[in-house]
Amino acid sequence: MPRTADVVVIGGGIHGCSTALHLALRGLKPVLIEKDYAGRHASGVNAGGVRQLARDHAEIPLSVSSMEIWERIEDLVGDDCGFESHGTVLVAESDEELAGFRARVDDLRLKGFTHEELIGRAELRRLVPAVSEHCPGGVVSRRDGAADPFRATQAFRRRAVEQGAEMIEGVTVTGLARNGNVWRVETSDGSIEAPKVVNAAGAWADRIAAMLGEPVPLTVVAPMLMVTSRLPAFIQPVVILRGRKLSFKQLGNGTVVIGGGHLATPYRDRNETVLDWEKLAISARTVWELFPVMRQATIVRAWAGIEAYMADGIPVVGPSATSEGVFHQFGFSTHGFQLGPGTGAVVAELVATESTNVPIADLAITRFKA
Amino acid sequence: MFKRLDDTGATVSLKVDGKPIRARAGDTVAGAMLAAGVEHFRTTPVTESPRAPYCLMGVCFDCLVAIDGVGSRQACLIEVREGMAVETQLGKREAGR
Amino acid sequence: MNASDLASSYELVVIGGGPAGLAAAALAAKAGVQTVLFDENPGVGGQIYRGIGTTPVRNRAILGEDYWAGAALASEARASGATIVNGATVWSLDPNRLVGVSISGQARMIQAQRVIVATGSMERPFPIPGWTLPGVMTAGAAQTALKAQGLVPTGRTIIAGCGPLLWLLAAQLLRAGAGIEAILDTTPRINWLKAAMHLPDFALSPYWSKGLALLREVKAKVPVIAAHRIVAHGKDKLAEVVFATGTGERRMTADLLLLHHGVVPNVNLAMAAGVAHRWNGRQLCFEPAVDADFGTSVHGIAVAGDGAGIAGGTAAAERGRIAALAVIQTLKPGATVPNMQMMRQTLAREEMGRAFLDALYQPAPSFRRPVGDTIACRCEEVTAKQVRDTADLGCEGPNQMKAFLRCGMGPCQGRLCGLTITELIAEQRRSTPQEVGYYRLRPPVKPITLAELASLPKTEAERKAVER
Repeated sequence: MPRTADVVVIGGGIHGCSTALHLALRGLKPVLIEKDYAGRHASGVNAGGVRQLARDHAEIPLSVSSMEIWERIEDLVGDDCGFESHGTVLVAESDEELAGFRARVDDLRLKGFTHEELIGRAELRRLVPAVSEHCPGGVVSRRDGAADPFRATQAFRRRAVEQGAEMIEGVTVTGLARNGNVWRVETSDGSIEAPKVVNAAGAWADRIAAMLGEPVPLTVVAPMLMVTSRLPAFIQPVVILRGRKLSFKQLGNGTVVIGGGHLATPYRDRNETVLDWEKLAISARTVWELFPVMRQATIVRAWAGIEAYMADGIPVVGPSATSEGVFHQFGFSTHGFQLGPGTGAVVAELVATESTNVPIADLAITRFKA
Repeated sequence: MFKRLDDTGATVSLKVDGKPIRARAGDTVAGAMLAAGVEHFRTTPVTESPRAPYCLMGVCFDCLVAIDGVGSRQACLIEVREGMAVETQLGKREAGR
Repeated sequence: MNASDLASSYELVVIGGGPAGLAAAALAAKAGVQTVLFDENPGVGGQIYRGIGTTPVRNRAILGEDYWAGAALASEARASGATIVNGATVWSLDPNRLVGVSISGQARMIQAQRVIVATGSMERPFPIPGWTLPGVMTAGAAQTALKAQGLVPTGRTIIAGCGPLLWLLAAQLLRAGAGIEAILDTTPRINWLKAAMHLPDFALSPYWSKGLALLREVKAKVPVIAAHRIVAHGKDKLAEVVFATGTGERRMTADLLLLHHGVVPNVNLAMAAGVAHRWNGRQLCFEPAVDADFGTSVHGIAVAGDGAGIAGGTAAAERGRIAALAVIQTLKPGATVPNMQMMRQTLAREEMGRAFLDALYQPAPSFRRPVGDTIACRCEEVTAKQVRDTADLGCEGPNQMKAFLRCGMGPCQGRLCGLTITELIAEQRRSTPQEVGYYRLRPPVKPITLAELASLPKTEAERKAVER
């Protein structure tokens, strides 16, 4: 006799864990299947940015609703997840770049979004005193912040279990088959039957979609990060650049995390990544120019999580087009951590009620139909 | 804590926290500091407790000092040079010092 | 040599200039393999032959003839044509054999056709209360200070622990005129029973007579006290050592406490390169899985010497030669080389006494798995209790532990806490070290400054982007 559940959630990243929690809060019985352990990949090892800034219009509603949750995260998961809100600053390195930012901020205002705010030289200097003299201004999203990614993912996992979700870790999904009104999810450790399935399998989500006859083009990447030893506090907001790849933030413990999207080579079948030091050197040179005080800082570790993005840069969120009762939630590479809390709530709502008022039509999987 | 078996040949001079010490050419910075009676090399960034070399072979990182303005150098791996300025390191070292 | 003088690629990169690295580089270079050896110390010799050629210790009897044997290895390597670079820190090695190295603050990436990792061993963590106090060092540290700098301890010195190196160090310090107040012998009595079955092999090994002679030499001059609990006390530095003996607690004032519980492979570089490791239940440490030629799970990367499992300095040189021979056979099939069979026989003889030593000197569980406020991770000052409590809350492995407590995330990158954390988790969760695993190690395996990283030569693509 196979085990049964109301919903099988595939993938134990922050998205899967958040969806499982929100399903359990709705009184459903979810079983989450994770091939490694919760937060092993992108959700546990990303830079931890909790940012509304510089997002694609299509995902701003999800981002805004997620922010509401982040700001009362402890009420939801019983742990503050290390969340601190000191804003995100997008730094312009030239007047031309600043003019481009101004156009985007104006456009967002016309659409009714006010979270991005253009700032000049003086305000930039006030927010980020250590920034190099050559930067004329930027954009700030003041409610943005950062959290501890592994701790946050674990907090969602723990609270989901407390609310009745079941977590099965170290088990891989090997097949999906419709059996009357239920889905039969085959795993490396027996099968589970449930009427609903959520595909939150991150960099492996295309394989789940393929099992449903719904192949999607997904690009597997491994954005690199590096971290310094503890330094005295010198910067509060998260700093990002557009022209050159950089994200930069100092954690409460004094260490500085440097990222920005330079890529390692991922080997998703072996859970391995091989770092590209010549690209990390480019990040080092960018930091060198932007923050002269960092020049003698010591890099103690570099790493890359395995994640995946879609060709158009926005995720897939919503029902499967081929398989009744299946919902997708993937393709979040480099922009998914902040979205986890809110997207989990929306997907749980979709699973439970078949509808949501949050506008997610642009994120449908049907956009990849040949 | 330590003395030199053979005190001849101490011909390199360097400064530790501004105080001149003499070392033998070929000494590591940590060896020279120990021979000069330096007891604390750094304090930890977490609780600021004092530390001194534990392994002297490059694995424990308790001998971290600032050398010629660059912090967090492993004193046990670096050879002394004439005129070198060594500073013991307090807590989180100054960024970019 | 400066980083800019290096070629962009070498046929063979040897990492570490101890016996394994020196022997490997010498043999390979002599056979015509284009070889570079990187060593982070100011001179070659590794730890066992530390300061060979430069040591101020002139009286040969102090360090003993086994030490001076290193001179031949060093001069052979120097004469072989291999490029030997000291002060060169290798901070990255990836499965494609791209080597990241820094010399005097300048970084370079070097492509190797073959790599021999000869990063040797380090002393096993010895987590007792007070082990972070200034004045508490490893026995190996005192030996290094003697060999490299001619430094001998002054004041009241206590040596504690067990293992062959402990007796060698004691003898060397005594010969150099140092006083030793006491040796606190932590060898668990039950180990003698466990070791007895390996005694016949040990009696045939070169270590037998040497070991006995050392024991006699030291015991004639220093009180040896069996101790099963040791605490270092002091405010800003060591002041007193308190220890438990069969007849009760004792205390001794002390200026220097030297700790030793054997050596374990220094795994950071090989693990970061993706080399598969396994738990050695006899030596209580992780070691790379190697084949007969010391090749690993990663193509083109061999691990030779004590880094491949502890066997001692003479065995290390033999292992280095065998690993080099495998490289020569692939890259220079026509070269004239020594007889591999002879090397394997020498190696087998050297390794013969190991089982006895491993069994006898296996440190007691209480010295490997601390309790309470004893610091497990020196860098981030994480206590044994924190680790045990977090394991009880459901934390299953060292990597999750890292994320919860930051243990292993300081500058030593887990070298001084890795085994402790693994063993603590295994005990708390009633699992095994093999099951629990080790930290997932990531480059840089040695911290590098942002300036060093920025000094890597720009790539073609990056130069074009700037010129645009």
